[in-house]
Amino acid sequence: MTTTGPARLGPDADPVRPGPTSPITLIVDGEPVRGVEGQTVAGVLLGAGRLTWRTTRHGRPRGVFCGIGVCHDCLVTVNDLADVRACQRRAVDGDTITTGEPQ
Amino acid sequence: MSVETPDVLVVGAGPAGLAAADAARRAGAQVVLLDAAGDAGGQYWRHLPAERPAADERVLHHGWDKFTALRGQELLTDAQVWLAERHDDRPPTLHVLVGPADGNERTPRTFAPKALVLATGAYERTLPFPGWDLPGVFTAGAAQALAKAERIAVGRRVLVAGAGPFLLPVASSLLRTGAGVVGVFEANGWSRLRKAWTARPAELLSTRHKAGELAGYVRDLARNRIPYRTGTAVIAAHGTDRVTAVTVARLDPEWAPVPGTERRLDVDAVCVSHGFVPRTELAVSAGCGLDAYGAVVTDENGRTSVPGVYAAGEITGIGGADLALAEGVIAGLAAANAATTSAASTSAAGTANVGVTEEQRRARRDNQRFADRLERAHGIRPGWAGWLGDDTVVCRCEEVTAGDLKAGAAATGSRGLRSLKLSTRAGLGVCQGRVCGRTVEELLHRHTGGLLDPGRTASRPLAAFVRMGELAAANHPEESA
Ligand SMILES: Cc1cc2nc3c(=O)[nH]c(=O)nc-3n(C[C@H](O)[C@H](O)[C@H](O)COP(=O)(O)OP(=O)(O)OC[C@H]3O[C@@H](n4cnc5c(N)ncnc54)[C@H](O)[C@@H]3O)c2cc1C
Ligand code: FES
Repeated sequence: MTTTGPARLGPDADPVRPGPTSPITLIVDGEPVRGVEGQTVAGVLLGAGRLTWRTTRHGRPRGVFCGIGVCHDCLVTVNDLADVRACQRRAVDGDTITTGEPQ
Repeated sequence: MSVETPDVLVVGAGPAGLAAADAARRAGAQVVLLDAAGDAGGQYWRHLPAERPAADERVLHHGWDKFTALRGQELLTDAQVWLAERHDDRPPTLHVLVGPADGNERTPRTFAPKALVLATGAYERTLPFPGWDLPGVFTAGAAQALAKAERIAVGRRVLVAGAGPFLLPVASSLLRTGAGVVGVFEANGWSRLRKAWTARPAELLSTRHKAGELAGYVRDLARNRIPYRTGTAVIAAHGTDRVTAVTVARLDPEWAPVPGTERRLDVDAVCVSHGFVPRTELAVSAGCGLDAYGAVVTDENGRTSVPGVYAAGEITGIGGADLALAEGVIAGLAAANAATTSAASTSAAGTANVGVTEEQRRARRDNQRFADRLERAHGIRPGWAGWLGDDTVVCRCEEVTAGDLKAGAAATGSRGLRSLKLSTRAGLGVCQGRVCGRTVEELLHRHTGGLLDPGRTASRPLAAFVRMGELAAANHPEESA
């Protein structure tokens, strides 16, 4: 386990006691990334420890900034549809996500 | 396309919109309540989604019982209002797309309500500083939203900084989401805070449960030995492709960094908020008047300057969830009253009784006074520009720097905000200046010695990003069917 960066709190340690959830898998740039039902695409990516997934025209990395759909920093391509705000889009099992990050 | 004509349409299902829709329904109106999000609650009562219900959601919340009482209402979710089409003689027609966020096959719906309540809330204002575009720098609201709706901590060593009491619940949520919080830094010094918060203490009695809420957050900090520093700010974030450290410094009362007080702290995330900006796109396209702070102007019944259009909550000024609730009740009652009585009798009644009780009016007044203190204690001071470098990005979308703005103003000699934005590209990116608009305007104001056309950053024809295909389908539904 990494000790730096974003992380999802496991249900056992969680004081709000979330109920049981179904796992989902997104295909992000060809690689499977696991999350749980009800998460946003940004939630799945951050929960997997990933902080950035886009590169600006000037080559600067970006991920989530505002978290509420205002800044458009978090854009991804979902199932071939470009310019989807990852922080607003509910993740669906099997979604194919293409990021703007060089691989 | 068929146009739906409810008595009252309420946009936004945060505290204000929920209260407005509930009050209007109780008054006998036929109501449609909608929100772009997937669930009710707005920013304040954001919570885990229905797919992942929590047994003890109230650990992260205040007033959860109030929310439970309001959330049972019928609500149209995933419904993005993207255009308010103005009319001279009746409330605007609202165009809505229903479906997954930023999708391309959403269902268009159109509403021409007899009365409209706008309760679209606010978003954060974060001032730029060197390195604020590094991944790992978040708005405080992002940290709060991710903690509440995803149970994600944005980092393991997190600094929370900026201005306002909002920093405290953010730190508490981070702690309850497994993050370590290295400190909470408020830009304003004790003397300003004390002056604003201790004046006329009797006035605070009616809103004393808020003091209780804040005291709870302060206990969280104390229990975890987290320093709360005043008169201190993050003035730079460092790292190559993610934030690894920040520089913090003491500020003078006008928020100018005090030389020689800089200190470096290792962090893996920093959450910054300097206040909130009312979300007024729809109100502006509906023609509603704004005040000097960019908030929608309303009378004591929540009426805007446009007949049949009401507003409640943080769209009318930043004052927290309790004020939003109080305003929502009044606007909901007034809208229901206007929609269900004939035009003649409403205008005759004027601002008179629309079914609002004296107690409901008092709740609004008391919370309004609380909001005034917020601004006096925590409002942004001009010295912050002192922590910008020429190479500091101001407009994140177009990557326009502070130096570009200065050079743009000097080179053109223009004092027009619009022409300066066109020549520098600042505020013209995909977020349409929602993040940097006010900052760009303030900086250009200083560089030009006074802008001739301030305030234009608030006007955006479309309230949301829409795809051309969806636009065409919305105009010609029969072809897309
Ligand atoms: C990210 C964030 C987190 C916050 N967290 C807290 C907190 O934890 N504690 C606290 O005391 N205060 C918090 N606040 C302050 C908060 O704004 C208020 O206290 C409170 O939520 C205001 O209530 P409201 O009903 O006016 O607006 P909101 O709660 O913001 O509700 C507005 C609703 O309108 C919807 N909406 C907006 N535009 C459209 C549109 N065009 N079409 C459809 N729907 C639309 C939004 O989706 C939203 O649900 C937060 C603010 C932000 C920005
Ligand atoms: S993080 Fe700002 S829009 Fe998604």
